[in-house]
Amino acid sequence: MHIELKGVSKTYGSFKAVDNVSFAIERGKLIGLLGPSGGGKSTLLRILAGLETPDSGEIRINGKRVNDVAPQERGIGFVFQNYALFKHMSVYDNIAFGLTIRKASKAEIKSRVDELLELTGLRGFEKRYPHQLSGGQRQRVAFARALAPRPDLLLLDEPFAAIDAKVRKELRTWLKQLIATIGITSIFVTHDQDEAVEVADEMLIVQQGKLEQQGTPVEVYTQPKSAFVASFVGHSTIIDDPAGLHGFDQAAIPAGAKGIIRPDFVEAGRADEISLPSAAAKGTVKRVFFRGTHLELELTVRANRLIANRSLDQPPLQPGDEVSVLIHRIYVLAEQSAVMVENPLKLDPLPVHI
Amino acid sequence: MAGAVTSHLSHEAAKRPKHITESPIVKWVLISIALLFLALVVLLPLISVFIEAFKQGMSVYWASITDPDAVSALKLTLMTALIAVPLNTIFGIAAAWAITKFSFRGKNLLITLIDLPFSISPVISGLIFVLLFGAQGWFGPWLDDHNIQILFALPGIVLATTFVTFPFVARELIPLMQAQGVHEEEAAASLGAKGWQIFWRVTLPNIKWGLLYGIILCNARAMGEFGAVSVVSGHIRGETNTLPLHVEILYNEYQFSASFAVASLLVFLAVITLIVKSIVEWRTSIVQAGKEGEQADAH
Repeated sequence: MHIELKGVSKTYGSFKAVDNVSFAIERGKLIGLLGPSGGGKSTLLRILAGLETPDSGEIRINGKRVNDVAPQERGIGFVFQNYALFKHMSVYDNIAFGLTIRKASKAEIKSRVDELLELTGLRGFEKRYPHQLSGGQRQRVAFARALAPRPDLLLLDEPFAAIDAKVRKELRTWLKQLIATIGITSIFVTHDQDEAVEVADEMLIVQQGKLEQQGTPVEVYTQPKSAFVASFVGHSTIIDDPAGLHGFDQAAIPAGAKGIIRPDFVEAGRADEISLPSAAAKGTVKRVFFRGTHLELELTVRANRLIANRSLDQPPLQPGDEVSVLIHRIYVLAEQSAVMVENPLKLDPLPVHI
Repeated sequence: MAGAVTSHLSHEAAKRPKHITESPIVKWVLISIALLFLALVVLLPLISVFIEAFKQGMSVYWASITDPDAVSALKLTLMTALIAVPLNTIFGIAAAWAITKFSFRGKNLLITLIDLPFSISPVISGLIFVLLFGAQGWFGPWLDDHNIQILFALPGIVLATTFVTFPFVARELIPLMQAQGVHEEEAAASLGAKGWQIFWRVTLPNIKWGLLYGIILCNARAMGEFGAVSVVSGHIRGETNTLPLHVEILYNEYQFSASFAVASLLVFLAVITLIVKSIVEWRTSIVQAGKEGEQADAH
């Protein structure tokens, strides 16, 4: 294992920023550290970099305990949220900084900086100062600067937070390809689940200082291990009484358990549009939102409020329309886990009622 | 800001749309009042210094400022500034560094103490040293036994000046360093830079204009200080007289032309300081504009 954390905790006063976190990361993986703002993601990253000292627990890099190793000696590249470029230095000097400090030869510095300028597409900008660059360019300088001393591990704190939506998408793809080319183990912090799902090989989901789940985006999405993960990842609606949903009265749902439904679990439309009409319940369209690529329907089915997506190709629905609603599956939240329950009516497509 | 107005004039602020600005009459009345007041309170006395200085002709002026006592006062003033200003520069950087980069017990006390010289009368500041080093003072007898002269000598003048001027550099740097935060230093550390390397390569370049501004203000006050120095100097002509003290002595002896001539020397020193200050401010405003542009881009 490349990076290992064992029982790491950090408290600020009475606030538990990181609470007994343990995980291990394989070499070469691109990890997305996802969670709500203030959940301890950045603190975790800063602990890894040596910029914060944990109160307890152990950090190992390549099997070696690094708790007492200064940030200067850890061989870690750090890309800060606001980039923290050196304002008074040109792009070239910013990228060269780590090598200058190591007293590398002029020729060596030049060849490495040239290589990185090429790699990050910043050639021609080497004489510019940070304030003369766009947000995306600054981000790339910060990236090149962190990579210059050939770190073993790259840490990125909300690398795309300050960049507008369109450039952010391009940069994400660019970064993913670049990291794959270099093959460096990387961890990036984000509060944007789309970003994490799109970029990361593996996700670490952190909430209130605790690690909720580690897994690939697909695992996290389809097999959430906790109620928090189920509700945080993906667009979801919480249902107070899942057993009251059509069909789920036959499923074994513990009393008092809550349910989570994602829009993609719900099929809504006129009776003839539904794949399994017998398993569908009646509902009413409350509101319709245009979401660019699809319509989002807000439905009421008995006392429950559900969200469903509808293709723009299908005939549009209006608020007040009566629709059939088929719920394919739900997550049932138990104490500290989420269990996926398929609609029992789907398994028995032709129930005979006598 | 410590005893000085920092003008960061931006053109944006001057370009006010009609609905939030005043009528031309109000505008001109306000400008006239400001200028008239300035002329009366600042410009008129300043001109009168030169008129009085040259009243009895160039030769008297020249004689007054080349008088051995005047030259020695000028030397002493420059010498005092030369010692006090570097001391306060080092102290100011260290204090600002400690306050903005670390958290420790007694931090607020330190901030309050830095402001102390501004909040008490300079005469009291001088008196403190008399109480400490005077013949009846705490250390007086011991110093006397070892034949060390502090009061009525250069060390006393330097101490009093240092005490009075020590807030300038620290006061200038603390808000600046607080605004800059520690991000760049952290970046430098993660790239392998250690304490001194971080200071020389990252921190100092970022604060250099603010630092220079603080040094200029500190220097201006060090050369002009009267109250505290007056208490500890002993007014020994040709020995412990600084320029401000020399001006007072001449004035009290009814040598008005000589007094104003020496005063004009101080005015020249002040003008030089102001010119350097303006250049620094102009530079800072360019840097500031650059940074604002950077922030505007980032959002």
